[in-house]
Amino acid sequence: MSEDAIKINNLTKYYGRTRGIEQIDLTVPQGDFFGFIGPNGAGKSTTIRTLLGLIRPTGGEAQIFGMNMINDRERILSRVGYLPSETSFYPGMRVRDVLKLSAELRGLSFQRSRQSPPHYECEQNLTDALSPRKHDCTETARLLCQRLRLDPTRKVDELSLGNKKKVGIVCALQHDPDLLILDEPTSGLDPLMQREFFGILRERSAKGTTIFLSSHILSEIQHNCAHAAMIRDGRIIASGSVEELSRTGARRVSIRGQIDYGALSGVKNLRTSPEGAEFLYHGDMQALLAVMANGAIRDVSITEPDLEEIFLHYYTN
Amino acid sequence: MTIIKHELRQNRTAFAVWTASIAFLLVVCIVLFPEMKGETDAVGDLFASMGSFTAAFGMDRLNIGTLTGFYAIECGNILGLGGALYASLLGISALAKEEKDRTAEFLLTHPVSRKRVVTEKLAAVLLQIIATNLLILIPALLTIGLIGEEIPLKELLLMHGAYFLLQLELACVCFGVSAFLCRGGAGIGMGLSAAAYFLNLVANISESARFLHWLTPFAYCEGADIIANGTLDGSRIAVGMTFAIIGVIAAYRQYAGKDIR
Repeated sequence: MSEDAIKINNLTKYYGRTRGIEQIDLTVPQGDFFGFIGPNGAGKSTTIRTLLGLIRPTGGEAQIFGMNMINDRERILSRVGYLPSETSFYPGMRVRDVLKLSAELRGLSFQRSRQSPPHYECEQNLTDALSPRKHDCTETARLLCQRLRLDPTRKVDELSLGNKKKVGIVCALQHDPDLLILDEPTSGLDPLMQREFFGILRERSAKGTTIFLSSHILSEIQHNCAHAAMIRDGRIIASGSVEELSRTGARRVSIRGQIDYGALSGVKNLRTSPEGAEFLYHGDMQALLAVMANGAIRDVSITEPDLEEIFLHYYTN
Repeated sequence: MTIIKHELRQNRTAFAVWTASIAFLLVVCIVLFPEMKGETDAVGDLFASMGSFTAAFGMDRLNIGTLTGFYAIECGNILGLGGALYASLLGISALAKEEKDRTAEFLLTHPVSRKRVVTEKLAAVLLQIIATNLLILIPALLTIGLIGEEIPLKELLLMHGAYFLLQLELACVCFGVSAFLCRGGAGIGMGLSAAAYFLNLVANISESARFLHWLTPFAYCEGADIIANGTLDGSRIAVGMTFAIIGVIAAYRQYAGKDIR
């Protein structure tokens, strides 16, 4: 049986006396599309930066593909593609120079074309250019630039936030990594590009790439990830399949009409209007039905809450 | 080699400007020598009547009317200050700029060890200092030939060699400091250079401050001593190179375990 892509045991990081993360335990199997959810300052980036060896843990350990992050850092990073939440590049460089530098730092070759920008209308399938692992990533980079509509001849200093993000995406993907670690990957990308980007990720995932996606945009996690973990105040508060996480005892109740809300316990996020009310209910279902039976109801819907509501449920506790 | 090439490419404008500026000032200074030589007596009297400054700049032991004396005083200050500032800036920015410009995350999430990053960045700093010194020496020698003076090759090579070692020492010390910084340290680098320069002046003026000569690399660049002895002060250079080695070791040790912000 193959080792897990990511295995974190009791990982703790303190910045002096300030908490970063505390006793994080997390396992991401190979090939998984894993979501990492949490609000700003919860510890997502600290976890990722510890995983990548940018910061040293105060305690615990992290393994990637069975290798220790501190002792086998270079071997691990040769199999990892990383997209930071804020992409910064060296000033004065063109996009193609950044891609070439990234490839060469990985010991790969990159033919820097001086041709004009690629013909964007020419859509090609990236999967043809991917495996087997190649020593030249020029073609993969070219196809990624085409799909993301990124002009490799532009200077990085002149690029918008979204286009800088695209350069980061190509750097993270062009060497066909076994594990992709993406920190808030869609910030700055327009909806069309977000769709294209997730299309590329799904293709990579289908080919066996493990994807670790950190985000606070819950719909991204819900629509793309198989498993997820939620982090709050530096600790993992829930993890499992996205389906399981969404399947809690709580229900979203939408009522047109009037009932006696005071008679119900377990009502959260109550929003009333002259027409009726909406709330998250995690109390006894019989009690809810009884209260509704005694009320004046014109319409009712009881649904599973979406991940965003689950998230709020966890975070408001 | 990738990081060395990248560093050289990133620094090429600063390299060109500093090298061209120092070489230009040096050439201009040498071109002025024939005129100064014609007024030796007046200039000599002027320099001799500057009180403490005469000793501070070693003018009490040098004859401004000779090319070596003139070169040691006038050109030495350009070489010394210009080279020291450039070397310090190179050293202090080498590692710190990655965090200041937020490119450390890009660089260090590639499969390159921190040891390799430090080694290649240090090599790039040294290469730039070597290239600057060669590109300064050549026009200086050519200009001396052009103004019709005999080239005092041994003295000139000793002086340039001493200034090269000074730049090496300051660059390595600043390189070590750079590993501890997460913001730009240009002010620290320039401050260290200026402090080293003024420590030497103080040590030259006051008998009780002579011990400062062991702390500043400008001490082994004293043109008066080099010309008088026909050699460099090995013991002071050894102390200076010890500081340089401490700087490099500190850089390796600190950067290996540093949390990258």
